[in-house]
Amino acid sequence: MVRLRKSRFDRARGGGFRVRLAPDERALLASLPDQLEALVAGGVGPGTVRLFPPAYAQDAEMEAEYQQLMREELVRRRMEAVGMVRDTIDAERLTEEQLHAWVRVLNDVRLVLGTLLDVSEDSDVLDADQEGPDYGQRVVYVVLSDIVDDGVSALAGTLP
Amino acid sequence: MSTLAPAEVKQPADEESVVPDRPWIVLVWNDPINLMSYVTFVFQKLFGYSLEKATALMLDVHQKGRAVVSSGTRERAELDVFRLHEHGLWATMQQDS
Repeated sequence: MVRLRKSRFDRARGGGFRVRLAPDERALLASLPDQLEALVAGGVGPGTVRLFPPAYAQDAEMEAEYQQLMREELVRRRMEAVGMVRDTIDAERLTEEQLHAWVRVLNDVRLVLGTLLDVSEDSDVLDADQEGPDYGQRVVYVVLSDIVDDGVSALAGTLP
Repeated sequence: MSTLAPAEVKQPADEESVVPDRPWIVLVWNDPINLMSYVTFVFQKLFGYSLEKATALMLDVHQKGRAVVSSGTRERAELDVFRLHEHGLWATMQQDS
């Protein structure tokens, strides 16, 4: 069988993962922590609705109570992961915890982009006007999907 | 959707309130953004499910629109929902009917 390209994340001897990212991918990722941090700090908006779903879909009172108790903690956890990505954005090696944070943060950005682009299961994200104003975002979405998938494959290898 | 309960059956008002002995279930809903590989991984990581079980649940979500991924006390369900939200999955909880 043939492997088309190497994964961006390989388990390293002695623990953790080796990171193999193209320079333009690395530059793209470096720009994301600040953007996501600003969005998360801004609370629920058109792009971030998927980052803060309701817990109790059937009971407004319990939902309000839940959000009052948990929303702040959910924001704090997201910020923590964003901070971990920012601190390791140039790293050649990541620990399992750091790669997990990378995958979560990149997936958060996908959730925001996918919501804004209104992606669907039935159509190709890149099936759009290449001159259109959101084409750049569409390309970013696809690249992030690919990186997340690589990260997930690498992390899945650590599961018992 | 609608319910087919006969009109003459009047439920007491408190029937809808929280009954402690019915377990709470955590549902994950299908969405067009999360990757199938990612959702499977999250089920394995958070709940310790085998690859087979996690994959079956992911496919249920994908094909049927939703799946029950865990159940238990209200506190347990809230924690599971929180961890799923932390991972960007669309999870809700409700008392099992």
